[in-house]
Amino acid sequence: MKEKLVCIGNGMAGIRTIEEILKLDPEYYDITVFGSESYGNYNRILLSPVLSGEKIIEDIILNDKQWYQDNNITLHTGHTVVSIDRYKRQIHTNKGITVNYDRLLLATGSNPFIIPVPGHTLPEVISFRNIQDVHTMLDISHQGKNAVVIGGGLLGLEAANGLMQQGMQVTVVHLLDTLMEQQLDKVAAVLLQTSLEERGLKFMMEAETASILGEDHVTGVSFKDGTEIPADLVVMAVGIRPNIDLAQEAGLYCEKGIVVSDTLQTYDPRIYAVGECVQHRNKLYGLVAPLFEQAKVCANHLANLGYARYEGSVTSTKLKVTGIDLFSAGDFHGGQDADELIFQDPSQGIYKKVVVEDNRIKGTVLYGDTVDGAWYFQLMRDEVDISNQRNKLLFGQAHLGDSGHAEAQRVTLMSDDTEICGCNGVCKGDIVNAIIKENLFTLDEVRSHTKASSSCGSCTALVEQLLAFTLGSDYSDSPKKKPLCGCTEYTHADVQRVIKEQHLTSIKSVMHFMNWNKPDGCHVCRPALNYYLICKWPEEFQDDPQSRFINERIHANIQKDGTYSIVPRIWGGVTSPKELHTIASIAEKFAIPTIKFTGGQRLDLLGIKKHDLPAVWKDLSDAGLVSGHAYGKALRTVKTCVGSEWCRFGTQNSTEMGIKLEKLAWGSWTPHKFKLAVSGCPRNCSEATIKDFGVIAVESGWELHIGGNGGIKVRVTDLLCKVTTQEEVLEYCGAFIQLYREDAHYLERTAPWVERVGLPYIQEMMVEDADNRKRLNERFLVSQKYAQIDPWKERAEGVAKHEFTSLHGEAQ
Amino acid sequence: MNIGKLNDIPVLGSRVVQTERGEIAIFRTSDDAIFAIANNCPHKEGPLADGIIHGHKVTCPLHNWQINLENGEAIAPDQGCAESFKIEVDTDGNLLLNI
Repeated sequence: MKEKLVCIGNGMAGIRTIEEILKLDPEYYDITVFGSESYGNYNRILLSPVLSGEKIIEDIILNDKQWYQDNNITLHTGHTVVSIDRYKRQIHTNKGITVNYDRLLLATGSNPFIIPVPGHTLPEVISFRNIQDVHTMLDISHQGKNAVVIGGGLLGLEAANGLMQQGMQVTVVHLLDTLMEQQLDKVAAVLLQTSLEERGLKFMMEAETASILGEDHVTGVSFKDGTEIPADLVVMAVGIRPNIDLAQEAGLYCEKGIVVSDTLQTYDPRIYAVGECVQHRNKLYGLVAPLFEQAKVCANHLANLGYARYEGSVTSTKLKVTGIDLFSAGDFHGGQDADELIFQDPSQGIYKKVVVEDNRIKGTVLYGDTVDGAWYFQLMRDEVDISNQRNKLLFGQAHLGDSGHAEAQRVTLMSDDTEICGCNGVCKGDIVNAIIKENLFTLDEVRSHTKASSSCGSCTALVEQLLAFTLGSDYSDSPKKKPLCGCTEYTHADVQRVIKEQHLTSIKSVMHFMNWNKPDGCHVCRPALNYYLICKWPEEFQDDPQSRFINERIHANIQKDGTYSIVPRIWGGVTSPKELHTIASIAEKFAIPTIKFTGGQRLDLLGIKKHDLPAVWKDLSDAGLVSGHAYGKALRTVKTCVGSEWCRFGTQNSTEMGIKLEKLAWGSWTPHKFKLAVSGCPRNCSEATIKDFGVIAVESGWELHIGGNGGIKVRVTDLLCKVTTQEEVLEYCGAFIQLYREDAHYLERTAPWVERVGLPYIQEMMVEDADNRKRLNERFLVSQKYAQIDPWKERAEGVAKHEFTSLHGEAQ
Repeated sequence: MNIGKLNDIPVLGSRVVQTERGEIAIFRTSDDAIFAIANNCPHKEGPLADGIIHGHKVTCPLHNWQINLENGEAIAPDQGCAESFKIEVDTDGNLLLNI
């Protein structure tokens, strides 16, 4: 017989937990849900747009009654659970129903706090919490004129804005002298207040409510200082209290909320709790993103998997008032040791503040221009050292290099047919519709439903803004620790560390040791693990072809029609008549349809049939040409200019240097592709300052530049140091590639890696510490012994023959 | 038709066979189950045989659609289906494809 799961609370946290359980194991439980409200589960954070008339109730229902039926869930709406008998494992409702449970889930949410002033029980005194409240507000707004909203926090302002949209005269009453003091500093609060006043809201600051006036109906509000104002409706939005009465009566340990562990378990191991009623590590959460993170972990335990842990959430806030851009996250007041970086443009209504301590972002407040909110939030969560971008930080991520879209990035102003994701052709309207219709809350969900941001990723910030803009105040991104993929809760860094510490030398042993939840992993984690093992144990690890993306498995680039392209290595971009004759005659012999010069000064042969590849490679190999690795997360090309050999400006022999570098580094596997260039003088004709490792010759030696990128997002290199001899260039290059290989996450280019770890760290590891540089270079040379075997020659001689041949069917 | 031996296909690997019904990809999963699916992803015709296999699924090499090997259906939220064929292994390890 199935175990019985009872969920008390039919809101977003409880139902999300059940959805997660159904995803993991739909047959495990007999599920019963109790809800006090008479609706199915709806999206509470979208009540504001319903009030302001931008949406209707049907738009915000997340699970209709059909959903409960389809999933065999017994739903009791309009029932309030009045007691829990933990001894008999039963719950009782106000309508006399008794239900047994094996596991109980408390998702009782929170109640709005009503200030107990005289008159607070009048029918037009309400909170802003559920669909009933919205109905009451809409009814009164059609008759009455004046509304008073008590509380100038997030919820109060959203309610006030909605009522104003419905045609009421609205006064917001606030106890303190600044609005939204939980989320805003004084400057931003004043900007907000001014802008709301311009729209027609009135404010009474530092005003304490004394009583609500009226006999049977509300007529006004009076204050401690004696003033009175007329009112037909009073909305109290002064805070919420976790709804813990039921839990307390059942004897469960509660403080401000129901106290739960990192597995979302209460002090009774059969009883779990999620959502706003919960107190976890002394924190209460009222936003949606943390509730969903809790739901995921809780479901993991209820479905008997038992490995996930909830370690708390970092949250950010955005106001859901159309036309007002406001973002806040973290500690934006800053302590004694903190610096405040501030940008202010009063006539444009823009204010940005980033609080920095120890070169890390502690918090931010943005008003008027919130484009970079998600980026600051990310830097804050990941605790990135921002020392080398500090002077540019306030100008935003776009300023660090983009493809010139910066001005167009204000998502709120975009029309629905503006293309957001250029790779997959997804427009703003498609994304917004999917978020609303499919009830999406996270970047990953948007990616899988719309494909936006799922290819090159350059539009990720825009998609995150659309999520924030559509979902409003409750959007916050994924948890702080980003797991490597869905097969594990561990991060890239965890996996790299464990492979080293435990001396794990096979993909199977890593998955086993780290409790992978799928026996084969997936197409995301297997290539990553294969890389980490090759990098760490070059002498021991046996490369696993089945864990390689097709290009690396067969050493050619797959094209849209299933044919392949190949790029022979041409050292330093310097070729000869013999090489060109060879390539030309091979192209003729195999009728290769297209030959093209690549951006890295090589020749690309396109449109080769898979089964022809070994024969093509045989001819190339006979002429001494080897793989150019244009298909791999590997060393690609070294681009050069002609340098001092021919050029009247050249200061050093850049082609010779480039060829030596390519001979040193070819064949090595790296976290992502790796490109080099050598320029013979600072005119920099080989564009070395947008390469992963760029060398620029000067009269007195060589400048070494790192972390450049000319792709999705242009990033100019940082100057690592200057050296004198060719031998030094080679040693520094080997050491840098090895540091990147050992330190970066799989699929992380050098540009984001350098931004993540900071230039000072890299200089410390390989410029200041000469011994460590030598050790890094030595490790690189050891691994090159195993990497510099031409894969094309091997395959021309018959290795991995099955990859290039079909099976032969014979009729029986 | 007899298209070869189980051991002609590496574990977590795939080979193709040319038939009058077009190119068919034969997959071998880590539990030694064998599946036969048309070698065209329902999305943009990518060669599924070149994908990475995990569980009873393959990820298409062109745009990462995941296809259920048991029935050729795309994994939600993607929608589409590649034709699937009956295949079995006899006691001698011969692969018998039914088209």
